[in-house]
Amino acid sequence: MKALRLHNELTAIWRNEPGWRGHLRSVNHSDIGKRFIVAAFVFFAIGGVLAMLIRAQLATPRSAFVGPDVYNQIFTMHGSIMMFLFAIPMFEGLTMYLLPKMLGSRDLAFPRLSALGWWCYLFGGTIIVVAMLAGVAPNAGWFLYPPLSGRTFTPGINSDVWLLGITFVEISAMSAAIEIAVSILKLRAPGMRLDRMPIFAWYMLATAGMMVFGFPPLILGSILLEIERAFGWPFFDPALGGSPLLWQHLFWLFGHPEVYIIFLPAAGAVSTILPVMARTRLLGYGAIVAAIMALAFLSFGLWVHHMFTTGIPHMALGFFSAASALVAIPTAVQIFAWLGTLWGGRPEMKLPMLYLIGFFVVFVLGGLTGVMLAMVPFDAQAHDTAFVTAHLHYVLVGGFVFPMLAAAYYWLPHITGRQRVMRIGEAAFWLIFIGFNLTFFLMHLTGLLGMPRRIDTYPEGMGWTALNLLSSVGGFVQAFGFALFLVDVVLQIRLGRRHARDPWQAHTLEWAMPTPAPAYNFASIATVADREPLVTAPDLGVRLARGEGMLGAARNGWRETIAVDMTTGVPEHIAILPGNSWLPIATAAALGGFFLAMLAGLYPVAPAFLPVVAWLGWRWAWTNGSRHDVGMVDAGHDRRLPTAFEARQTTGWWGSILAIGASATLFASLLFGYGFLWTVAPGWPPPALVAPSLLLPLLALAGAGCAVVMARRDNAMIAAVGQGVIVLALVMLLVVAAPAPTSHAYAAASAAIAAYAIFHAVLAVLILAFVFARERAGFHSASRSGERRIARLWSDHAAGAGAFCAVLLVVPGWLA
Amino acid sequence: MSTIDPAGPHARSVAGLWWAMLGGATLLTLLVFALLALAFRRGGGGDRTQDPRLWIGWLGLAMPGAVLLALLGFALVIGARTLPVPSDDAVAIDVVARQYAWNVAYPGGRRTQDVLHIPAGRPVNLRITATDVIHSLWVPRLAGKMDAIPGHTNVLRIEADAPGTYQGECAEYCGTGHKDHGFTVVAHDAAGWTAFVGENAR
Repeated sequence: MKALRLHNELTAIWRNEPGWRGHLRSVNHSDIGKRFIVAAFVFFAIGGVLAMLIRAQLATPRSAFVGPDVYNQIFTMHGSIMMFLFAIPMFEGLTMYLLPKMLGSRDLAFPRLSALGWWCYLFGGTIIVVAMLAGVAPNAGWFLYPPLSGRTFTPGINSDVWLLGITFVEISAMSAAIEIAVSILKLRAPGMRLDRMPIFAWYMLATAGMMVFGFPPLILGSILLEIERAFGWPFFDPALGGSPLLWQHLFWLFGHPEVYIIFLPAAGAVSTILPVMARTRLLGYGAIVAAIMALAFLSFGLWVHHMFTTGIPHMALGFFSAASALVAIPTAVQIFAWLGTLWGGRPEMKLPMLYLIGFFVVFVLGGLTGVMLAMVPFDAQAHDTAFVTAHLHYVLVGGFVFPMLAAAYYWLPHITGRQRVMRIGEAAFWLIFIGFNLTFFLMHLTGLLGMPRRIDTYPEGMGWTALNLLSSVGGFVQAFGFALFLVDVVLQIRLGRRHARDPWQAHTLEWAMPTPAPAYNFASIATVADREPLVTAPDLGVRLARGEGMLGAARNGWRETIAVDMTTGVPEHIAILPGNSWLPIATAAALGGFFLAMLAGLYPVAPAFLPVVAWLGWRWAWTNGSRHDVGMVDAGHDRRLPTAFEARQTTGWWGSILAIGASATLFASLLFGYGFLWTVAPGWPPPALVAPSLLLPLLALAGAGCAVVMARRDNAMIAAVGQGVIVLALVMLLVVAAPAPTSHAYAAASAAIAAYAIFHAVLAVLILAFVFARERAGFHSASRSGERRIARLWSDHAAGAGAFCAVLLVVPGWLA
Repeated sequence: MSTIDPAGPHARSVAGLWWAMLGGATLLTLLVFALLALAFRRGGGGDRTQDPRLWIGWLGLAMPGAVLLALLGFALVIGARTLPVPSDDAVAIDVVARQYAWNVAYPGGRRTQDVLHIPAGRPVNLRITATDVIHSLWVPRLAGKMDAIPGHTNVLRIEADAPGTYQGECAEYCGTGHKDHGFTVVAHDAAGWTAFVGENAR
């Protein structure tokens, strides 16, 4: 009875409001996660239909099914949708749904941020699909290489749709990355040391870290290319000192980590499901963690293998070839750890296991062709042919889609609370597996016979005809398999019988709750003493429902969960999470207005949306905090803990650290671009340099010094004035001393560097003004100083960037 | 246009690399699939925790490490053979790609479009660039490909064993005419080459 009362009290605090209002205002991680999964599957279906069109076009030589204009849009959209609108959102959704449950927490660290990400994903994806239906889809390839994607050769809005739509969607990826990393580091069950985390959490920690550092180069590249298209700043135009290769470096600096960003969550699912299916424990937990970290680190050092034929110096080719081959070792460690796990257990041929075998077979073949392509001379032959198409589908379908299908069958009972109906899943597997291999195995040969990628027709007599027809047949077999999978899932949701808890006898905490999951996840928070809590305490779920864990009572209408010390898992404070809110959807709509105005070419209108976004952000932050000291409160188990209002290492602080890290990565990419253009691009040194002013850099330094010192004296107002001085100095530098940004890539890059610093200084002014207003409103005290410390992080970063940029811009002029 | 039907030293050594890699990959595939299949045998490993040193140390680290080192060394040797190292009898030819044609300029001033004339049995250094978007020059039976990038000039060494004609294509997506952006390579014997470029260009 206590369990039922607790359930009702907690549900009242955590549930969505009824009706549409509840849907639009929901910030619950289970809701948002499920939405991501469903939307990603819809985009997968759209991308799949595009793939069918490609295979229909290529089934016969001299095909007149669609012309080159339409075909170019089709293959560009197939790649873009599958990467940005299916793969990434799919694992984000799965992770958002699962992570808090696996970690024994009640929600993610920033619930409203996940909701914002969802709306940005939905709106951005909608823009892209609507553009496709309107016939103005991106058509320069999913990699969008300039000059082809530039204004001269793509005069329509096709490329702008990609640049603006994908960047809009990327907001969701960046917020998910920060959210996932902070949630793993801070919001875990008490006692869950780092080495007691479920292996999936390690995989996602690495993935989130890679996203924080991997996405900024692409975001920067997209911004630069959009500025070039809209305002004529020639970053990539070789006639004015730009270089098309700069785009390729920025794109693949993201693009290669990207494929491991997609693979690692899927491998995390494999490492989670496989031991359960084999009724044993995972072999080599520590070695796998080391392999994950090695993979994450190495993946940033091999982007050039997408550019082996662009005329890279021979020494660099050798280095990147070796790095590309080396990355196979941490992958091999995981493969053999999984095989060893199977050998050490009693594997049962249940449905998820079948899909895992499909993963093994397909992914190993893809990994081996990957090692082949890492060899420069072979890549020079295979690059841009159907061989590479085959390889990338083997690693992405093998390394992502098959594990996700296994995950779907493994976790669907958790999401629906129901069992499978008929044995459709096996039939779907064989259709997908046979169809996939028929399609893509033959493509290796088609490529070796010289068939390039991205051609819409080909002549007879090349030896490609029969192979392409078989590939197309295989493609349609696959499509039937995926359709069956969808039927199977719908049937399970509609007709499946209810099952008892934990149908797999699994190891991890997400099964220690009723299914479907309640809004609050756990009625009380488990304390963990080992890696497989459900093996040691099978009745844990029932005890938690009775309120026998920590925080086993409703209080003040607060959404509470435990925040722990990052490494030891000792409870540190009580995180108090925000409730349902209009702010996420309103902010996404305002951002959408900005992106749509840019897309429509209404460049004077677009900036008008930014103050709206800033105002919503202000409101967003204003709802946090407390106007009085709360002190220590009861956390259950005879412990008293401070609340987040009075804690030092809050989730907000760590989130800011990661956000600034991402921003610094974008800045580092910009500096890389500046140096790259100086050394590699044609048409340098530039005709005119920034005038070697002495006064303006000194002014910026003075402003930065003032901001840093005054923020430490808790004088937010004067610190904001210091940031304002930085803005003034940099704007003066651009207006008075710098050549016009449209004149040369040097001037454009200098202006971009200044713009970065100006943006952050303006942001710092806003944040410091916010702190000042909050002090006046009584939100700060000696123990409630978290906001001041977060503001100091942002202000220091802006001051450092401002001073550095002001000096950097005038250095070439001084030296000349 | 088959890369595994080579007609020049560069393409031949890469084809050799391919067959060697295919053999190695086949063996590794059989090893992994056999281990996977044996895990499901009746009365198999069953509940006996395996030795991580065997699975992770030997199979996961040492084996791929050794294979990859050998392969990298092999590929490095092959790659060095394809470099445009200075040599006395090499011919330098300029190729400019554009949507959708290949403009070629020879020593001695002669020019052609969409046909690339080369001497057979002698190394040829193609100096490749583009005027509009990125293209990629590829003659599958003779050599690997090299991108034609506006603002940059790249050098690719190709060589044909014997006189004859070979098909070339654009390998980098370059717009709606990408599929038809091909060209023909004509390899001449010594006398034919001299006649083509003219005496003064020797």
